[in-house]
Amino acid sequence: MSADLNIILPEILLALFAIVALLGGVYTGKDGVASTLVWLTSAAMVALAAWIGLTGEGTNVAFNGMFSDDGFSRFAKVVILLSTAAVLIMGEGYMSKRGLLRFEYPILVALSVVGMMMMVSAGDLMALYMGLELQSLALYVVASLRRDSARSTEAGLKYFVLGALSSGILLYGASLIYGYAGTTLFSGIIQTAVHGDVSVGLLFGLIFVISGMAFKVSAVPFHMWTPDVYEGAPTPITAFFATAPKVAAMGLFARVMHDAFGNAIPDWQQVIALISLLSMFLGAVAAIGQTNIKRLMAYSSIAHMGYALMGLAAGTALGVEAMLVYMTIYVAMNIGTFAFILSMEKDGQPVTDISSLNMYAKAQPGRAFAMLILLFSLAGVPPMLGFFGKLYVLRAAYDAGLAWLAIAGVIASVIGAFYYLRIVFFMYFGEEQAEGLDANKSTILWGFLMASAGIMVFGIINMFGVEAAATAAAAALVN
Amino acid sequence: MDNLLSIVTFIPAVAALIMAVFLRGDDEAARKNAKWIALFATSATFVVSLFILAGFDRNNTDFQMVEETTWLMGLQYKMGVDGISILFVMLATFMMPLVIAASWNVETRVKEYMIAFLMLETLMLGVFMALDLVLFYVFFEAGLIPMFLIIGIWGGANRIYASFKFFLYTFLGSVLMLIAMVAMFADAGTTDIAKLLVHEFSYGSFDLLGIHVVGGMQTLMFLAFFASFAVKMPMWPVHTWLPDAHVQAPTAGSVVLAAILLKMGGYGFLRFSLPMFPVGSDVLAPTVLWMSAIAIVYTSLVALVQQDMKKLIAYSSVAHMGFVTMGIFAANQQGIDGAIFQMISHGFISGALFLCVGVIYDRMHTREIDAYGGLVNRMPAYAMIFMFFTMANVGLPGTSGFVGEFLTLIAVFKVNTWVAAVATSGVIFSAAYALWLYRRVVMGDLIKESLKSITDMGTRERVIFAPLVVMTILLGVYPALVLDIIGPSVTALVTNYETALAAADAVSQAASQ
Repeated sequence: MSADLNIILPEILLALFAIVALLGGVYTGKDGVASTLVWLTSAAMVALAAWIGLTGEGTNVAFNGMFSDDGFSRFAKVVILLSTAAVLIMGEGYMSKRGLLRFEYPILVALSVVGMMMMVSAGDLMALYMGLELQSLALYVVASLRRDSARSTEAGLKYFVLGALSSGILLYGASLIYGYAGTTLFSGIIQTAVHGDVSVGLLFGLIFVISGMAFKVSAVPFHMWTPDVYEGAPTPITAFFATAPKVAAMGLFARVMHDAFGNAIPDWQQVIALISLLSMFLGAVAAIGQTNIKRLMAYSSIAHMGYALMGLAAGTALGVEAMLVYMTIYVAMNIGTFAFILSMEKDGQPVTDISSLNMYAKAQPGRAFAMLILLFSLAGVPPMLGFFGKLYVLRAAYDAGLAWLAIAGVIASVIGAFYYLRIVFFMYFGEEQAEGLDANKSTILWGFLMASAGIMVFGIINMFGVEAAATAAAAALVN
Repeated sequence: MDNLLSIVTFIPAVAALIMAVFLRGDDEAARKNAKWIALFATSATFVVSLFILAGFDRNNTDFQMVEETTWLMGLQYKMGVDGISILFVMLATFMMPLVIAASWNVETRVKEYMIAFLMLETLMLGVFMALDLVLFYVFFEAGLIPMFLIIGIWGGANRIYASFKFFLYTFLGSVLMLIAMVAMFADAGTTDIAKLLVHEFSYGSFDLLGIHVVGGMQTLMFLAFFASFAVKMPMWPVHTWLPDAHVQAPTAGSVVLAAILLKMGGYGFLRFSLPMFPVGSDVLAPTVLWMSAIAIVYTSLVALVQQDMKKLIAYSSVAHMGFVTMGIFAANQQGIDGAIFQMISHGFISGALFLCVGVIYDRMHTREIDAYGGLVNRMPAYAMIFMFFTMANVGLPGTSGFVGEFLTLIAVFKVNTWVAAVATSGVIFSAAYALWLYRRVVMGDLIKESLKSITDMGTRERVIFAPLVVMTILLGVYPALVLDIIGPSVTALVTNYETALAAADAVSQAASQ
């Protein structure tokens, strides 16, 4: 028992931290501590990430296989923890300026991170559901953090209703799988679900579970909530939605597909390939008409999830590696992009209209240039790191015999390039206008923007060792 | 000097970085500094690149001065030059100082302008030297970014449409090439171009979606690469982005586009399509030859009716690139010699022609042919230079334009007489549009009021044209200067191509018996 507890010590510590912080917050009863708490939470997450990343080794299974701590989960956890820490720090200024910085905010985020860590380590359908719900419930609340805004509460409500529906679908699928496989343990399911011998009931269960998870990664056709929630939620929350939860959901997706259904790859490959195809095209096409940069980023994230799913659809270790690399790059890009969006203000009020960026390059050449790099990286144009992410998934898909998906993917990326170029167009080619955006003085946002842009350029030299880590992580998941 | 190629490639990038980080302000002094730094950096690149030429062993057909380091994903950073690529490198380093000098009058966002051109130079040089498939692609595609910005920021009235069209058109062309590259990686297990050149890609015919693909994978890969290079060249019918881009780009942008960027397509055909997919090339060569012939005649006719000088020269570029593709896919010694020669010579001539337009555009701010007339009365030196390059563009013997056209026509005559006949008529059309342009702009009486005070070329402008005139004549009267360097490598290429085809023939005959 104590060995089991040792394995989940990081999760326990983070949960304890959240509880203690909650008690502290309640007893002091002031939101004044929130700022300190944000920094504390971030520090705790960075420390946990360092601990997990540097000391973890091998594959350790706890609670009879319900929870597994292996290279794959450690990789995902480090990305989740670091990106959450970054997003928390980034959003602090924005939130406190607008009176949104309640002490519950970092605590809820910390709890959802506990859920995410649980998700990527899940070795059992029950553990999966537990992690997923812990994450989702915390996210529903933070989405509607701005209580006096109709938009924000609407976002929270939409997210909650649709999220509950998808959880229900997933749960239904899980019950079917349990019914036909006789176990909820992934290690048990994988022995029943062998390609060529998969019963219809099991297949139905699998499809329902895929649907539920596709909702969480906001893949088409379960994406409708994304633009509204992205737009309605306060921008720091949107930044959070765009990063860590996506990694966690993608990690969970890969885990279920390989740990539980790794012997039935041909049964789910086509499904995921189709989801991936639709996501890439819808994300690319629907974003063209957007004028709100947050909505645009929502469609952009849908398209990116499509590419990440392409890696998963390959069904190989190379595919999982490609997916992990892609997600890591995606997160690094989004942190910088949202740091930029957070700094978009006019007369102290946040602006999200793309046209407000008119001639931004003249007023703020440094920031505009960093954003330019990020946009080309998002579009997947070399030499930025975003291109290498795409190259990884394309290669994995081609090697797995999904050449048609790879071809469709690159065509979607050309369509998608248009809307990223449109932002460049506003920043660089626009007409001079009387009033531009405020000169944002936040050095924190500036730092994240520059760091992210720097990673996109200099990361191509050796990817800072992420490649080797991803290879090891994928090897741990796919045998 | 083990890293000579990398040094040449990255001198401009380092200069751009220094400018970006250290150069502050937007006053007169800062602009001047930006211009001088850029001019110095490009000149230094040219001087250092002379060492490449000096150290190059022309009888060795392998890659030379190779540098190799491992990179991500099992790729490598590998650079090298051979007889086919070295002259493109020299062309790029030679043209860039002239391009910078031609931009001396730029007044808006000078620092960014110079940075964009310096980055562009690094990326162009990288394309010609890269010996890794993905590295090539990175350089090839990344060049779109600075060019997109150059057209979009410093371009003419309709620049936004032109920049988007330029970017998306060429991007769409090259992503298909990316898929083919992934396929090659999967098939050969390496992205090293030197190894891929000797790898035999499968050419067994198969059915795909009900279509019988002769030449199998090789044909598909050829088509994917063709999509990219044909757009870049540009070949008819995917040339429509070029006139738009040229018209809207600033003068220096047009020069770079015409003189160097278009050559990437031709270089790509020679580096990838022909040697790596010989069977695919053989299957599609007749189509490409006819496309080239149509391009030569059609775009020459279109050029005849243009109202805009730059557009006219842009269409003439498309026609001249038609000679290049024709020469390449004639796939014999004269053809490929001629194609490379034509590309180098077109680099000087079309670059100079765009500079000629730039000279009067700087004074009158219009490119409408109707706005000019009788310039010879006030600008004798300009009339002289313009005459010279018009003649070179037509292909007058004694200028470099003649050699390329002549060689490619001989080559294609051996392969397909009808194509040669059609293409030769294009030579006449080119004389028609070029001379008519010259007549309307330069000859006649100076009757337009606005032109009464126009001034002749200044010293800076004369200095820019001088090296171009020298090169055009030099290559025109002594083409061996180029042909001696490219000859051995071209011979090797043609031999390999024919050997591969013969082997494929033998296999298919053995199978049919």
